[in-house]
Amino acid sequence: MHTSHQRRSRGSIGLLFGVSTLLAAGAAQAQDLTGTLAKIKETGAIVIGYRDASVPFSYLDGDQKPVGYAFEICNKVADAVKAHLKLSKLEVKLNPVTSATRIPLIANGTVDLECGSTTNNVDRQKQVSFTNTHFLTATRFVAKKSAKLDKIEDLKGKTVVSTSGTTNIRQINEANTARSLGLTILPAKDHAEAFLMVETGRAVAFVMDDVLLASLAAGSKEPGAYAISSEALSAPEPYGIMLRKDDEPFKKVVDAATAALYKSPEGAALYDKWFTKPIPPRGINLNLPMSEPMKKAFASPSDSADPAAY
Amino acid sequence: MFSDFDFKVVLSSLPYVFGTGMVFTVTLTALAATGGIILGTLIAMMRLSGIAVLAWPAKIYVNFMRSLPLVLVIFWFYFLVPYIGQWLTGASRPISVGAFTSALVTFTLFEAAFFSEIMRAGIQSIPKGQTAAAQAIGLSYRQTMATVILPQAFRNMLPLLLTQTIVLFQDTSLVYVISLTDFMGAASKVAQRDGRLVEMYIFAALVYLVICLVASTLVRRLQRRVAIIR
Amino acid sequence: MNYNWNWRIFFEPSPEGTGTYLDMLLSGLGWTIATALCSWIIAFFLGSVIGVLRTLPSKTANAIGTSYVELFRNIPLLVQMFLWYSVMPEVVPTEWGNWLKQLPNASFYTAVICLGFFTASRVAEQVRAGIESLPRGQRMAGTALGLTTAQTYRYILLPIAYRVILPPMTSEFLNNMKNTSVALTIGLLELTARARSMQEFSSQVFEAFTAATVIYLLISLLVVTLAGRLETRVAVPGSR
Repeated sequence: MHTSHQRRSRGSIGLLFGVSTLLAAGAAQAQDLTGTLAKIKETGAIVIGYRDASVPFSYLDGDQKPVGYAFEICNKVADAVKAHLKLSKLEVKLNPVTSATRIPLIANGTVDLECGSTTNNVDRQKQVSFTNTHFLTATRFVAKKSAKLDKIEDLKGKTVVSTSGTTNIRQINEANTARSLGLTILPAKDHAEAFLMVETGRAVAFVMDDVLLASLAAGSKEPGAYAISSEALSAPEPYGIMLRKDDEPFKKVVDAATAALYKSPEGAALYDKWFTKPIPPRGINLNLPMSEPMKKAFASPSDSADPAAY
Repeated sequence: MFSDFDFKVVLSSLPYVFGTGMVFTVTLTALAATGGIILGTLIAMMRLSGIAVLAWPAKIYVNFMRSLPLVLVIFWFYFLVPYIGQWLTGASRPISVGAFTSALVTFTLFEAAFFSEIMRAGIQSIPKGQTAAAQAIGLSYRQTMATVILPQAFRNMLPLLLTQTIVLFQDTSLVYVISLTDFMGAASKVAQRDGRLVEMYIFAALVYLVICLVASTLVRRLQRRVAIIR
Repeated sequence: MNYNWNWRIFFEPSPEGTGTYLDMLLSGLGWTIATALCSWIIAFFLGSVIGVLRTLPSKTANAIGTSYVELFRNIPLLVQMFLWYSVMPEVVPTEWGNWLKQLPNASFYTAVICLGFFTASRVAEQVRAGIESLPRGQRMAGTALGLTTAQTYRYILLPIAYRVILPPMTSEFLNNMKNTSVALTIGLLELTARARSMQEFSSQVFEAFTAATVIYLLISLLVVTLAGRLETRVAVPGSR
């Protein structure tokens, strides 16, 4: 309602801006909901974007149903949104996303929450926003043990694969130029496809977040046949759940919900369920107990994109 | 060479690739073909209307769509449809559109360009004398089209429309690029999860081959029957 | 619409460090053209052979031609891409498979072969239609002159048939060019793939896809114009 007001009086934009901010701040009442919250209330549904193969964050289990650590966090957030809007029923709709489609789909309103393994960085914050960090991971590569590749220099002149649309493919491209490695870099649609290219010998190495590499290797036909590089291409970077940019009221609800979850024992239990216990579909155990920076990130939740903040 | 060909993978994937994947593919094909033929007929009528403001946009639309690769169009619409929805409904924010709806809009709009070319040829195949005759007995343009020209054009062009629908059925596999679960998408998800590319891709190819072969044989038979009537 | 337009993005350096985003798109265009032309050569010659087979009096030749066309027309191009790229190296002897996988630019060669074989089935249909559209007297005249079947095709039927089918062949050529974009699924960095990576790196979806769209439209326009000129030059005298 204050938008039409704004349009009419062009003269005192400053004053009006102040007034409308006040109005927005005071608009906790249901009628004045804006952005995503209003949309959720109107449609009675929230759309969660999930990934095909971001194990154990968001992936398809044996029955091709999405499951995972980030996926569960999103469901908790959906519950919190439902409580906040005092809805008796909230439908949770699911939409598949890939590394390449996730940002446009958040921006164009198809997906409200993206639950996966999306690195929170400054570049992406120009198009989307992130809630509190749910994981920290560095970029490394996985290769067959028989190939004896451990350092980035070892990849010189070889063909490597990474998933298109990720920060990792960007980092390997940058390293390729900066260190004149002469790599052929193939983009794959998703992590499963990329890992398969190493498995079938189309590429010697797959450059990705180390936690995803560990999960993919553990879930492969011969877990013992793969080794992850000791050298990393980046410092551990934060993962966050994506939401639309410039939607403060919604972000506030999501931030509050995730912060409460991470600080509670429930957060630690959720972490343990996916990282230190057997997970579907094959019952593998990733054995990745919470690191010190991760404990810190849970104790004082933050949505900072800066790796140094953790 | 097929020593470790694992039929069990194919067998256990059947409920998923058919129950989820093929249902998606067939529904998408049927709806997009229906929408595409209706829209295509309208576009063809615009082009043949002789009115420049109708004919030109129709011509530009058809040539535009036919110049672009379908993969690019799929990407375009997947990101654009919510904004189009916002623009059409005058809503304050992009309309949330499901993956299926988005694919349906894409294929309907894309295939309409191809169907319209078929329908244009169909309408032109009806001798001009028929239009003149219809007008002579006092039928309006609408009545002429609806009761005289279009029914015959459809009948003449039915084999071509169906052949184009078979092409559409194959083209829907390209939703793979946006990770939707059509028949091919389902097969590739199983293939990648179980590391069984050889089995799943050969199986998928065979299923497409059998369906399309049977369909095109039926179309050819129909063609012969339609041809006799003409 | 809350979208940050930035048309200057094309002149900003891409994260690959080898130039701007525009350079990235142009390198994609290069691969698109290279793939389209190389696969067209295969499609043209193989398609002509298959098309001719279908018009020969021999039943065996007919059956081979028909089987080829039915096989390649009734499997989606995407599935054929995967068969050539993922399945073929696994079913040939292991050493060959490994050699295939380690080829530099493997996705380019695969795309060329796959598109060549796929488009050949469509070219074959055009060639057959072209030959069948010629009056039967032409073939008989060849025989009467004492030409062998091969000579009849080489000197009489094919030269006229190709000229008759030039317009549909132009659209097959354009289809083949557009189909190169399907090869992005096997990692070929052609124009659509480049537009997609530009979108991913810069988050400027609409600018990236608009640029690709404009480039495709320009190629189509160019091909159609050139084909139109060729058509008037080689028109069969008296046919228009």
